[in-house]
Amino acid sequence: MNNAIALKSILTKETQRFLRIWVQTLVPPAITISLYFVIFGSLIGSRIGEMGGFDYMSFIVPGLIMMTVITNSYSNVASSFFSAKWQRNIEEMLVAPVPNWVIVAGYVGGGMARGILVGLIVTLVSLLFVDIKIHNIWVIIATVSLTSATFSLGGLINAIFANSFDDISIIPTFVLTPLTYLGGVFYSISLLPEFWQGVSQINPIVYMVNAFRYGFLGISDVNIVTAFLVIGFFIVTLFTIAMVLISKGIGLRS
Amino acid sequence: MSHALEIKSLEKTYKGGFQALKGIDLTVEKGDFFALLGPNGAGKSTTIGVITSLVNKSQGQVKVFGYDIDTDLEKAKSFIGLVPQEFNFNQFEPLMNILVNQAGYYGVERTVAIERAEKYLKKLELWDKRDNAARMLSGGMKRRLMIARALMHEPQMLILDEPTAGVDIEVRRSMWDFLRELNSQGITIILTTHYLEEAEMLCRNIAIIDGGEIVENTSMKALLAQLDVETFVLDLSPHDKKITLSDTEYRELNDHTLEVDLIKSHTLNPVFAQLTEQNINVLSMRNKSNRLEALFVNLISKKKPNKKSINASAKTANKKVN
Repeated sequence: MNNAIALKSILTKETQRFLRIWVQTLVPPAITISLYFVIFGSLIGSRIGEMGGFDYMSFIVPGLIMMTVITNSYSNVASSFFSAKWQRNIEEMLVAPVPNWVIVAGYVGGGMARGILVGLIVTLVSLLFVDIKIHNIWVIIATVSLTSATFSLGGLINAIFANSFDDISIIPTFVLTPLTYLGGVFYSISLLPEFWQGVSQINPIVYMVNAFRYGFLGISDVNIVTAFLVIGFFIVTLFTIAMVLISKGIGLRS
Repeated sequence: MSHALEIKSLEKTYKGGFQALKGIDLTVEKGDFFALLGPNGAGKSTTIGVITSLVNKSQGQVKVFGYDIDTDLEKAKSFIGLVPQEFNFNQFEPLMNILVNQAGYYGVERTVAIERAEKYLKKLELWDKRDNAARMLSGGMKRRLMIARALMHEPQMLILDEPTAGVDIEVRRSMWDFLRELNSQGITIILTTHYLEEAEMLCRNIAIIDGGEIVENTSMKALLAQLDVETFVLDLSPHDKKITLSDTEYRELNDHTLEVDLIKSHTLNPVFAQLTEQNINVLSMRNKSNRLEALFVNLISKKKPNKKSINASAKTANKKVN
């Protein structure tokens, strides 16, 4: 019961935080995604023609939504947890009888709340440009939730190790963005030469984007079961790492 | 019967090899008002950090109300309310959110937390600011906010690390009254402070820590009884004579100020009598320094190569105050 109240408190705090600064957190993704639709969808997309049996605009919508979910989930937890470390208000939780798993779940829940809310906003914006089809709603819900949790955990681990605000922008810039752009958001990996198709198999975002696209369009470059196994593997691994780091007090306790 | 706090052979060595605590033993009884004093870097904040689990200890045992922090950490934490030295709340969050969320971390229901937040915000004169972001508060208000936050789960032991630093005297005195009131309700209070007058006025027991070791641990009364000499400052009527006093040490600072060192067993009457004989009137009189300060300086200086007597250190303390 006490843990449930503590978890609810962290979730409330985290949600209040990103809603309080909605101009920074909720509006920019809507503007960015509109630009993607105008440029890649309408201007360039019309010249590309079909991809995977769908017009280019319809093809990129799931990937663009997933890209937004990934970056927002990651950056929400990374910046919130690092700010809490920097302002030392993380100590409010550390001195309280809050189990480590509640701290992890609370921050990840906050990241998921923002990731999914922004995903929803971007989906609504995309309705202005394209008719969205739904092939399997449960695959959509499961993929977006699990992917959001994965990258929230990634953001948390980044923030635990970070010593400056620069440290929480390095991974998104040099790792997350390249992996997302090379993760099949804008193209089907079947268009790549065989070697690069193989290389793409080690990019986890390929599985997330394709599982999500399957939920909308019913097409995927990878096996859906494999995609969920990969996502599950990353969640378990990252959760374990986050728990070990917080239990040892890495970056939190002297 | 368990103690409020029991520390045995506590050691802490930071990465890099600095040994902040060298095996300290400390016991604080339930309901006590306890002062933990020491110079900067003595180990006070490290000790508090270990008790509250913000610092990992290297060796030793810490029990809070009988619960060992190694085996029953969450239970031990539930007894403690911490008011840290540095402001450590989210500067952008409204006061009400800070307090209600903090109570939530301890499992306090939101409706109860809102009632308590109102009670403590009113008590600490912050109610009007409840919807303001914490960064909008003055330094004194921020200190009071941290006290309110520490009380949200109604802890049985309150640890305050320099709670009145940078606070004006009026607010400081109202905080003292509030802390006395909490203590009278049975809450054990552990206080670190640089204002030795504060410790002397509030605390019943005291430990002095220096260089990671406890150099004194006794009752305030017993500690003050060690004081051999007090220095008084006398404001005199204007005169042009050279003052002569027998059987006491004294210094004329100017033509109307006299400092007199009084041995504990002596009275001031002979001094007054001799001044009267010389037709010099005493207009007013005060203690030159806080008594505890003299003892503090003495105890700390004992660790230094040149040990000084309490008498000598009392003078040192006096000079330092000047």
